[in-house]
Amino acid sequence: MGRRVLITGLDTFWGGRMAQALELEPDVEMILGLGTNDPKVPLERTEFVRSDQKYSILSRIVRATQVDTIVHTFLETNSIGVSSRVLHEINVIGTLNLLAAAGSAGSSVRQVVIKSSAHIYGASESDPTWFREDSRRTSPVRNRLERSLIEVESLVRDFTVDNPHLVVTVLRFAHVLGTDIITPISYDLRRRVLPAIVGFDPLVQFIEEDDVVRALEFATGKQLPGVYNVAGAGKLPWSEVASIGGAHLLPLSPFRPQAFAAPLRRAGVIQFPPEMESFVRFGRGLDTSRFASTGFEYRYTSAGAVESFARANNLRRATGSGSGAPEYRYEQEVEQFFRHSPAVVRGIDG
Amino acid sequence: MHGVSPDPTDIDQTVRRASRPTDNDIIEAIVESGQHGAPTATADGVTDGESGREHARDAVRDATHGDDQARPAGGASVSILPVAANRRRRRPPDDPRRSDVDEWGRSEHMRSIVRRLYNPMYRYWFRVEWEGLEKIPTDGGALLIANHAGAIPPDAPAIMHGIEEELGRPVYGLADYFFRTVPVVGTLWSRTGGVPAHPDNAYRLLHDQHQLALVFPEGTKATSKTYSDRYRLRRFGRGGFVEIAMKAGVPVIPIAVVGAEESMPILFRMGGVAKALNLPYFPVTANSLVLGPLGYVTYLPAKIKLRVLDPITFDVEPGLERYSRSRVMDEAEAVRAKLQDALHDMLRERRSVWFG
Repeated sequence: MGRRVLITGLDTFWGGRMAQALELEPDVEMILGLGTNDPKVPLERTEFVRSDQKYSILSRIVRATQVDTIVHTFLETNSIGVSSRVLHEINVIGTLNLLAAAGSAGSSVRQVVIKSSAHIYGASESDPTWFREDSRRTSPVRNRLERSLIEVESLVRDFTVDNPHLVVTVLRFAHVLGTDIITPISYDLRRRVLPAIVGFDPLVQFIEEDDVVRALEFATGKQLPGVYNVAGAGKLPWSEVASIGGAHLLPLSPFRPQAFAAPLRRAGVIQFPPEMESFVRFGRGLDTSRFASTGFEYRYTSAGAVESFARANNLRRATGSGSGAPEYRYEQEVEQFFRHSPAVVRGIDG
Repeated sequence: MHGVSPDPTDIDQTVRRASRPTDNDIIEAIVESGQHGAPTATADGVTDGESGREHARDAVRDATHGDDQARPAGGASVSILPVAANRRRRRPPDDPRRSDVDEWGRSEHMRSIVRRLYNPMYRYWFRVEWEGLEKIPTDGGALLIANHAGAIPPDAPAIMHGIEEELGRPVYGLADYFFRTVPVVGTLWSRTGGVPAHPDNAYRLLHDQHQLALVFPEGTKATSKTYSDRYRLRRFGRGGFVEIAMKAGVPVIPIAVVGAEESMPILFRMGGVAKALNLPYFPVTANSLVLGPLGYVTYLPAKIKLRVLDPITFDVEPGLERYSRSRVMDEAEAVRAKLQDALHDMLRERRSVWFG
C-alpha cells in the first residue's frame, strides 16, 4: 500500500506546492489537503477538504481516511496583516489540534513533518555566527511571531516525547526567496527598496522556494526524525541582497528603526514586521551540516536564491507573471468531475 | 632563494620586499616557503564552507600580487552603507555574488584597502618589529593569543597586519560582541577580519577551516587597566581558549607585545560616563590630555615589539565534548606565566619606550 498523506494549508503557497510535488511521486497513494479557502494552484489528484483554521474536524478525517503522514505547512511566518488572535489560532491552536488528532488512540499516523522557521532563534549581537539545532536563543523574545513559533515547537517537542513510535520531523527554514513566494523581503524587493539600518550590513542566508518543497518532500520520504536547519550554502551581506535583487537600500535610523519605517509600512510601500528589525541589524546564520549529512542536496545557494527571485522579477516586470504560468481558478464542480466521474478514463496520461 | 621562482608575479613581490627596511633573512625564507606552501595546504584542507578555502587562497594571492592590484574589478555597488565592499576577483558567469564578503563577513578587498592605509602606521609610526615569526605555521589551524593593552588597543591590527603581510595568510581576530552593536564600526570590524568571540566560531575556524585565529584571553580587563598596571597580565578568563585549542586539536601560540601599553595609556576611568554612553569603559588617556578629543584617534609613537613564543600543544584527544576543568585552568595558567615571563624579559632588554 502506498503512502497516504495529509497536507495542511492547501490553499496557501506551501500547501499547494507540496501537494503538486507529492502528486508526482508514484508511491504516494492518496493526498488530502485541508484549507480554509479554495486551492490556488492546479492539482490533479489531491482531495480538498474545507476546514476552519483550528482543524476541529481533523480527528474524524484522520480516522476516516487512514492517513499515515501529516505534512504541516500551515504556519504563519509573517506577522504583517495578521492580528495577534488569528496568529495564535493558526500557529498554536492549529498545531495543538493537529497533534492531538495525530496522537489520538487508534490513529493511523506514523509520521508528522512540520515546516518551522529560523525565526525561533531570534537575532542578537551575542548570537553564534551559526546556530546549531540545539543552540539556545541568546535574546529574550520580543515579538508575537517568534513567541508563537516557539510555542509551536514546544508543543511538537512534547508530542515527540509522548509518541515515541512516531517519526516527528521539524525543518527550520531560513528566509525564503524565489520565483513566486511573497515574504516581507520579496515584497520590498518587488518595490525596488530594501529596508536597512544605517551602519549595519549583516550577513544573511536564504533558501529557494523549490528547495523548501524538495526538503519537505525529502524529509517525508526518508522518515527523518528530529530537528534540522535548512538554508542554502553561503552567506551574503544585506547590501548585496539589494544589489542582486535590483533594489535600493532604504536607510532607517539605528535608533527606533520601526518608528521610521511605520509610515511607509502603513502606506504599503514596505513590509517591515517587528521580527525583521533585529534580523536586519545582526543577521542570522544556520549551521546546516546536520541536514546535509542526511544526503539532501540543494539546488540553490543563498545568493542563488536571491538571483532566482531577481530573474523571476525581471520576467514579472516584463510580462506581469513571475513564472510565466497562467492564472488558476479553482472550480469545485470541474475538479470533482475529473476526480470522480466514471466518464473520465484514468491512467492514460498525467 | 628569490631568483628560482618560475612565477613572474613573484618578481614584483621580490622587488617590493627588497625595498623594505628591516626584514631579516630568516623571515624572508619563511615568507618564501609560506607563499608556495600555503595554497596547496589550504586546498588539501577539509573545509565545509565553500568560501573558507577559496578566500584563504585569495588572501594568499593578495599577498603575492601586492597592493597595486587591489582595486575593484566590478562595477560600483548600489549600497548607501559606507562599508559595502565590491567584488574584486573575476567571477564565473553563473555566480550571482557581487562582493567578495565571505561567510564570516570578511572581505579580502576591504582587508587589502585597510592594509594599504595601515601600512605607513605599521612601518613608520609603531616601527613594528617581529621576533620568531617562523614559529607561526604557514598552514593548518593555530590559536594565536597575545597580551592586550591600550585604551583602543593597537596590538590586534599590528598582529593581523604583520602576519598577513609576511606570511600571506589571513588572520581572524576574535573580539567581544560589543563591537557588533556599534553602527559602522561593527560592520567595518567584520569586513576586516573580525569575528565574534564565540566558542563555536573559534572551533569552526580552527578545526574545520584550518585558519589562524587571534584571541586576547584577558579581554577588556586588559585594555581598561590603568597605566600603573602596565605589563601585568590580567586573569585569562576561564581558560576557554585552552579548551577550544584542545577540542580543535591545534597549538596555542602566545605572542608577547611590548609597546602597546605606552601608545595610549589610561590615566583613569570615568565609570559614570561609561554607563551613560553604554560603553564597557570610558578612559581618560594621556593622549586625550595632550590632544583633547583627537587623542582618542591618535597613538603615541611607542615602538611595538612582538615576540612569538614556542607553540604549545596539549597532550589530549581532540574533539571531546568537554575537558577536565582543572587541567584547562592549569594549562591556561602555564600559558599566562610563560607570556608574563617573556614580557618581563623583553622589558629588561628595552632601552627606550620610543626607540626600543
